[in-house]
Amino acid sequence: MKEGDIRFIKLLVLVCGAVPLALLVWDQSHNRLGANPQNFLILTTGMMTLIFLVLTMAVTPLRKITGLNWLIQFRRMLGLYAFFYGCVHFLCFFSLDRAFSITSTFTEMTKRKYLILGSTALLVMVPLAITSTNGMIKRLGGKRWRALHRLAYVAAIAGVIHYYMQVKADTRQPLVFAAVLAVLLGYRLVVYWQQRKPPPPTPAAIKPKPGA
Amino acid sequence: MKETNKISSREVTPEAVYFSRRTFIRAGILAASAVATGVVYRQLNPVGHGKVNTPVIQGLVKPTATEEAQGFRVDEPETSLQNITHYNNFYEFSTDKEGVAPAAEEFDTRGWQVSVEGLVNKPKVFDLDDLLKISPPEERIYRMRCVEAWSMVIPWVGFSLSKLLDLVEPLSSAKYVAFQTLLDPKRMPGQRSDVLDWPYVEGLRMDEAMHPLAILASGLYGRALPPQDGAPIRLVVPWKYGFKGIKSIVKIKLVADQPPTTWSAYASNEYGFYANVNPHVDHPRWSQATEQRIGEFGRRPTLMFNGYEAEVGHLYAGMDLHKDF
Repeated sequence: MKEGDIRFIKLLVLVCGAVPLALLVWDQSHNRLGANPQNFLILTTGMMTLIFLVLTMAVTPLRKITGLNWLIQFRRMLGLYAFFYGCVHFLCFFSLDRAFSITSTFTEMTKRKYLILGSTALLVMVPLAITSTNGMIKRLGGKRWRALHRLAYVAAIAGVIHYYMQVKADTRQPLVFAAVLAVLLGYRLVVYWQQRKPPPPTPAAIKPKPGA
Repeated sequence: MKETNKISSREVTPEAVYFSRRTFIRAGILAASAVATGVVYRQLNPVGHGKVNTPVIQGLVKPTATEEAQGFRVDEPETSLQNITHYNNFYEFSTDKEGVAPAAEEFDTRGWQVSVEGLVNKPKVFDLDDLLKISPPEERIYRMRCVEAWSMVIPWVGFSLSKLLDLVEPLSSAKYVAFQTLLDPKRMPGQRSDVLDWPYVEGLRMDEAMHPLAILASGLYGRALPPQDGAPIRLVVPWKYGFKGIKSIVKIKLVADQPPTTWSAYASNEYGFYANVNPHVDHPRWSQATEQRIGEFGRRPTLMFNGYEAEVGHLYAGMDLHKDF
């Protein structure tokens, strides 16, 4: 794929990722967020965070299965959108639900289990966002960078449980997220086990021991 | 070198045209995918709108000054009819608060009957019209505090439950009143899923049920109740969390022992039998100290017994409200 095409794809993701936010702002300015806009904003931005986390995690399996290597170009932007919507989600909670009170935000976030999980998910994404630049990848080295960015799994798992726990009774939507996440994590486990299995020894592969 | 694939210079697209076509296609793809994302978002988050065209209730009685002082009319701005009728918790139709109104639109309440039975001298199955004739329709403007920490001010139309109970003459052995919602998965699609145990049941202690603030409501804003708000008749107990206000009632039974209640049966550590509005007793998963008043920007502090402490506080004298929440 040409350099220009890759740049275009990135632009595409950048624009599409901003569409939900633009519509939220548009609907809000037209009083169309329903009876409880505060709650709607918190819920929808949280949902967007989970959607972008899942999309980010879907890139590698999709790339390996389809062989379309250029898909990797999507991943950084998707991950950064997950972090971005997560930050907006927190800011909505802080301003609308906690009325800008730092103490009550802190008390609630350390007292309620689902908020502890939500905070964990967001905090874990901070180093990932910081180390998302090419320079940082180079500085850390591919291996260490990949190990660090497995924290995305922690963010996704904590995020989905956070959503599941705050639902009153109808858990269908969080369970859909959990199922998709299970498939994406399951894929990685399978790959991991396959790579761990040593290849069957063949006579040609047996090398004489040095010094023997 | 031999030129095998020579393209004549006439066939080569001029550079400017080539790039502008490319730019044009890309702009098209960009616009199309942005629109597609918008459409998907809209599908997931539809914008609700709907009207309430239920009949106007005739002969509505407004509360007197003495009654106003007894909590019959709260002096706070009323929540809009649109919000009261398009933000509902009524799992019999949908678990999505904005989805209840469209899902309940076709709900037919013709031929509705309410059976009043149990420990009473005069059990009776009331046709709805007869039930509504027991007492003139009164306007009661109450706060409504949902356990989910949002609230409204609703101008109900109804009369005190005590007037119905007096009519059937409770026996002295009757200590509690049990209520039941219609069970009909054909008409109430939410009952086809097992998100809760159907039918929905609720209960009050006898003294709570006899309190003048506890009403059977058949309307709001001077009109008959629309289906999404519990047509044709529902309970309203303003000092308790909204889920105590059981909707679309078909049975009222006077009993000796505390009856099971739906949410308490679902999660007894989160929802108690009493479910009195109490800013000092948190839901295990969230604080109950403040509430989002629908239609307002900021949050309000939640009031003890939802602001009806002077009227109902004595009912709970000596009780540990952290235990009996």
